[in-house]
Order: sequence, then C-alpha cells, then structure tokens
Amino acid sequence: MEVTSNVLEVKNLNAWFGKFQAVKDVSNNYPEKSITAIIGPSGCGKSTYLRCLNRIHEEVPGATLSGKAFLLGKDIFAPGVDPVELRRQIGMVFQKPNPFPALSIFDNVVIGLKLQGEKNKSVLMETAQKCLKKAALWDEVKDKLQKQGTSLSGGQQQRLCIARALAVNPPVLLMDEPTSALDPIASAKIEELMQSLKQEYTVIVVTHNMQQAARVADYTSFFMLGELVEHGSSEVIFTNPKKSKTEDYITGRFG
Amino acid sequence: MNYKWRKLKNKLFIISLSMAAAICLTPLILVTSFILQKGASSLDLNFFTQLPAPVGDVGGGMMHAILGTIYMVALGSLIAVPLGIIGGIYLSEFGKGGISKALRIATDVMTGIPSIIIGIFAYILLVVPFKTFSALSGAVALSLIILPVVIRSSEEILKLVPNHIREAGLALGLPRWKVILFIIVRGNLSALFTGVMLAVARASGETAPLLFTAFGNMYLSTSPMEPMASLPVQIYTYAISPFEDWQRQSWAGAFVLIMLVIGVNLGARLILNPSAVKEFFKRS
Repeated sequence: MEVTSNVLEVKNLNAWFGKFQAVKDVSNNYPEKSITAIIGPSGCGKSTYLRCLNRIHEEVPGATLSGKAFLLGKDIFAPGVDPVELRRQIGMVFQKPNPFPALSIFDNVVIGLKLQGEKNKSVLMETAQKCLKKAALWDEVKDKLQKQGTSLSGGQQQRLCIARALAVNPPVLLMDEPTSALDPIASAKIEELMQSLKQEYTVIVVTHNMQQAARVADYTSFFMLGELVEHGSSEVIFTNPKKSKTEDYITGRFG
Repeated sequence: MNYKWRKLKNKLFIISLSMAAAICLTPLILVTSFILQKGASSLDLNFFTQLPAPVGDVGGGMMHAILGTIYMVALGSLIAVPLGIIGGIYLSEFGKGGISKALRIATDVMTGIPSIIIGIFAYILLVVPFKTFSALSGAVALSLIILPVVIRSSEEILKLVPNHIREAGLALGLPRWKVILFIIVRGNLSALFTGVMLAVARASGETAPLLFTAFGNMYLSTSPMEPMASLPVQIYTYAISPFEDWQRQSWAGAFVLIMLVIGVNLGARLILNPSAVKEFFKRS
C-alpha cells in the first residue's frame, strides 16, 4: 500500500449560519501534493466547508463551527490558534477574480509579504517574479508590472490572484470555483496551472464543473445537503460510484 | 408597424431624457457664464494683491478675504476631514451595532441643519466664552458643515467595495485593520477624496456660519483668535453696499470664489491621480 502523509485531516466538522446547519459532521483527509475536488448541487455546503478550512467562515456575522482539523498535526480550531497566522498556511482563491483596486500588478502579488513587514526590495522582486512564473502569468505581465492589476483580463486577473495567494507560501491552497467566472480558454489555463501547482502544493477545489473535477482532481468528494456523501479517487467516483446519490448526480439525473 | 412604433418610442424616450438633462444643466451654465462675464470684467491684479481701499476711494482688493477663506476652510478641513473619514470607515466596516445607528442618524440630522444654526452653535461655543469674533470659531463652524458630508460619503464609497475583496485580504493572513487601511481605504483614495472635495467646496461658499463667528474685517489678519474676512461674507457686505465700486468688486469676488473651488479641486486631483486629469483634457 502507498504511504502518503496527510497535510490536512478534518474530523467531524460542523458549520452553522445562525441556526441553519450548512455543514454536517464532515471528516476527510487530504494527502500531500494532491488535488481534491469538491462537487455537489448548489447550496450543499461545499463552499462553506472550504471556507471553514481557512477560518474565513467565522468572519461572517452569526457563523459558527465545531470539530477539528489538523494541519500538519496541529488543530487549526484549537482555542490558542490565531486565525490570522493560520491563513498564512492556507491560501485561498475566490470565485470572482478580485485583484486589489488601485494597486499595481507587482504590489498585488507582494502585498501579503509587504504588509507582514517585508521591506527588502530585492526579496519582494524575487517573490513577485517567482510567484508570477508559478501562476503562468510572468511572460504576459513582465513588461507592465507597474500597471494596475485591474487592467488585466479576467483570466489574467484570476492567475494574478493565484500568484498573490502563493506569495505568502502556504502549503495548502483552497480554490472556491476558480473558473466559474471565466471563459473556456481561460479556464483551461487555470486547470493546467493547477496541475503544475500540485508539484508543490496541496489543492482543494470547489467546482460546479464535473468534467473539470474528473480532469484535474486526484480525489473527489461529493457533498449533498451539508453532508459528505462519498469520497474517493476521481476515477472511482466518476466511473464506479458506490452510492446511488452520487451516481444520480454525476449522470445528471438531478442537480 | 410594430418595429416602426418601437423605434419611434425609443427616439421619443431618448429625446425626453436629453431635454431633461439640458434643463438640469441650464441653470448651472447660466450662473457660471453670468458670473464669468460680470466677474472677469471687474477683475484686476489689485484685487488679489491689495486690501480694501477706504470708503469712498475707488480701487483696492480682497487679498485679505481670499487668504481668510483659504485659512479657515483649511483649518476647518484639518479638523473635520480626518474625523469624517474615520467615522465613515467605522460605519462601513464595523457599522452594525447601536452606536453606528445613532451615528448614522446624527450625521443625517447634521447634514440637514440650516447653516445659520451651525453658526449660532459655534458662536455660543467659541465666541461668547472668549468675548471676541475669531477665525477659529469660523473654522469650527465650517468643520461642522464638512464633517457629516465626509462621514456619509466615505461610508457609501467604502460600502461599494465588494466583500470578497476584504475576504481576499484576510485570506492572505493579514489582520483586519491592515486590510481596511492598506487595501480597502488605500484602494479607494481617489473616490474618498472626491467626497472630501464636495464637502470642502460646499464649505468654501458658506456665508451664514461665518457671519457671527469669523465676522469679517477690512485688513489682513493671521491670528486664529481675531476676526477674519472671508470671500462669501465680503461678497455679501460689498453686494449690499451703496458704492458702485464695491458692487463691482463683489462680482469679482464671486468669480474668484468659483475659480478657487474649481482650482483646488483640479489641483488636488492632479496630485492624487495625474493620469485621470490628462485623460480628461485629452477628451475635451
């Protein structure tokens, strides 16, 4: 049997908005340097689940959660854990490309480091170059680093946001429907990019696009009504699912 | 038939909208052109460099009032703009509890208070205890005009920033105050500035709050504890005077006041965002 260490282990995670329970008792493991896709019908709690993992869920008024999640062995929900510190370990890419307004491409990438106190210009320049290359954006922007981040196209903006998340150097990267606002060509580029990110990072991606999950993900989780219905290697989930609900969903009988 | 009718309706709609826009612009154009005409012809270099001539003499200028307006508006802005922006940030970023509700109602009421009442308030607060009209009391009165406008405009501007931008900042492992200051506020400086300029421009033209606070005088004063002249009060005094030369200077004062507001606005934009101003002039 293959031995892989888990970067992230989630145990009995529950999440609420006020009294409404959006995520119900979800447990799952995320092996190092893998891509896990989370699929499921709208409103099934998959985004909420993802947002618990970097504790951004708690920023919503009235939102609470319970359970445990071990990042490299440490429980991220333990009382002494500072969510601000934690988020440097778990980066996030959002559905809509959201470069920061009025900041240059360069500043958008390095702002995380800059605001954490890094002043050395050559370190910042090096990081910007490294992360833009990892995000497959460097060749397109290397001559206009001082232009505004918002001047780029949608697909480029999303890759800029990926570079921005990478600049803080988190081992885990969460992506919340990162291609749903993009056209097919820009989406394909992001998918390609996810494959190369896998060399260094553990990626968890929420997606509405089942073909995308089948193409890029090593593992796939199927969520419904806040519960994790089935989890397994993408091959099994998409060709031979064990639960009938999963089969109904992936064959398009509902959702 | 249907297609033609639809096209006709479309045309009618566009025409009525254009007419409405033209009607809105008419008073603005009339007022500006009237003042430009009357004011520019009354203007000379002395107006900027000389103090008022003794009653009966022709000539003199309003240097003291121009400087007085700049002095008091600047002092008032210095008090109100930082406070107002902080208040706006509070309302937009933390504005959910009871304090913010009270603050919101208070600013709305303050925006609606007639400026003469604000003048009376500053009079009681700073003129009565010190037993003298003063530039300081005038500046405080102006700051009370500026404050609510800046609070509400800052709040509205920052509320327009989508929430996922804030979350993106938090997701980078930045504390909330850094996200607010260096990403949300920093990213919307020019919009915030526009709100500030609207408030400052409004304060520059206010007469009533200065009538019995700064009061006005006929010589150059730099002390905050002495009466100080201002363009609006000077325009008022000269306009209702029986002397023809004073009435002429009153027009010139109105012209300078308008130019001052436009000039400060454009100049500050130029400093803040040079490319936008260049674009503006390229287009026209």
